[in-house]
Amino acid sequence: MSPGSSSDSFRGEWTRQTSKEQNLRLRAQMVSSIRDFFADQHYLEVETPHLIPAPAPEMHIEAIPAAGRYLHTSPELCMKRLLAAGFSKIFQITHCFRRGERGGLHLPEFTLLEWYRTGIDYQGLMAECEVLFRYVAQRLGRGGIILYKGREIDLGGPWDRLTVEQAFHRYTSLPLDRALEEQYFDQVLVEEIEPHLGNKRPTFLYDYPATLAALAKLKP
Amino acid sequence: MYTASDLRKGLKIQIDREPYVVTDFQFVKPGKGQALYRCKLKNMITGVIIDPTYRSGDTFEPADLSERRMQYLYNQDNEYCFMDVENYEQSILSKEQVGDAKNYLTDNLEVDILFFGERPIGITLPNFVDLMVTRADPWAKGDSVAGDTKPVTLETGYVLRVPPFVEEGGKITVDTRTGEYVTRVKQ
Repeated sequence: MSPGSSSDSFRGEWTRQTSKEQNLRLRAQMVSSIRDFFADQHYLEVETPHLIPAPAPEMHIEAIPAAGRYLHTSPELCMKRLLAAGFSKIFQITHCFRRGERGGLHLPEFTLLEWYRTGIDYQGLMAECEVLFRYVAQRLGRGGIILYKGREIDLGGPWDRLTVEQAFHRYTSLPLDRALEEQYFDQVLVEEIEPHLGNKRPTFLYDYPATLAALAKLKP
Repeated sequence: MYTASDLRKGLKIQIDREPYVVTDFQFVKPGKGQALYRCKLKNMITGVIIDPTYRSGDTFEPADLSERRMQYLYNQDNEYCFMDVENYEQSILSKEQVGDAKNYLTDNLEVDILFFGERPIGITLPNFVDLMVTRADPWAKGDSVAGDTKPVTLETGYVLRVPPFVEEGGKITVDTRTGEYVTRVKQ
C-alpha cells in the first residue's frame, strides 16, 4: 500500500500510522519477552472476562457500564478467584478500562500486566519485579540503564525501597496520620512525595496504611 | 454546577465571587487513590493566575457570564462609556479593561461587552473596523521600493504602517486582531 494518489487526510493518517513502526516493534518485543519471563518461571498465562457482573469495590476507580455488565478495571477479581481455586502462579496481559481517567499519564483504556503467586510475600514479589524489569531490558538490548523522559534510570542495581511512613517523614511537613485524617493523603503523595521518587533508579513505595488496603491481607 | 471531572481548558468557573478561566489542566491519579486535577486558573478581571489542585467530588459554580451588544459613546478620565443597543443602559469600562481596543474605538462603534453578573469586565471588537487617517506624510516619489510602507496616524491616535498610496483624510480597514492594515476604503 502506498499513499500514491490519495487525499491529504489519508496521507496524514498513513504517515501517522507508519511512524509508529519502531514503537510497535519494540512493544511487541517487550510483550513477548514478558511472556517468556513468566513461562520460564512456570507461570500460567490466563485470560479472564472483560465484561464482569460487578465492578471491584474501589472508592476511586469507576467502571464503564457495557451490555448490562461492567468493563473490568483490572483482572484482579477474576484472577483472585483462580488463585483461590488453587492456581498458584498466574499472569495476564490485558486491556483495562477506567471511566474518566484521561491525562498526560492516564488513558481510559490501557494495557495492564498483572501477576500473582502464592507462597511468597510482597517483599518476594518486589524482588521478582526487579528481576522481570532487568530481564526485559536486557532482551531489548538496553542493558541496565534506560532513558525515561530525558533521565537515565538505572535498573541494574538494587532498587530503592521506602515505606509510606518513611516517605512522609522524609519529604513532607504533614504527619501521615494527619494526612489520612484530613483526606490529603493522595494529594500529598502526588505533590510532595512522588517528585522525589524513581529519579535515579526505580523506587518501591510500600507498607501503605491499612485503611487504604483493598482485597489484601493486612501485615501481621 | 460543575464537578471536578468537567474541568477542561477554557471552562469558566466562579471562585470567591470572581470569574476564572481554566488555562491549563492536568489529570493525575495515584494508583487506587483519589483523582487530582491540577489546574492553572486565570482571573478574568485581574488577570492574576492561581494554580489550585482539585479533587474528585469538588464542585464549582459556572461563572455567570453574558455578552451584550453595545455602542461606544465616549471616553473621559480614563473611563470608556458604552450603551446597550437594546435597552440604552450605559456601562463603564476602565482604561485597563479596554486595553488595546482603545486603538479602534470610534463614536457609535458596535462592540460586544462581556459581563460578569452585572459587572462589565471585557470587550470584543468586530474583526475589522474602518478608521480615518488623520495624519500621513506624503510619499517621496523615487524612494519607492516594492513592499515599502510608511507610518500614518488614525483618528483614534493609533499609529501603524500602511502602503505609500494611503493619503491623509482617507479611510482604511484595520484588522483588530493583528492591528494591521487590510485595505483602503472606497469613498
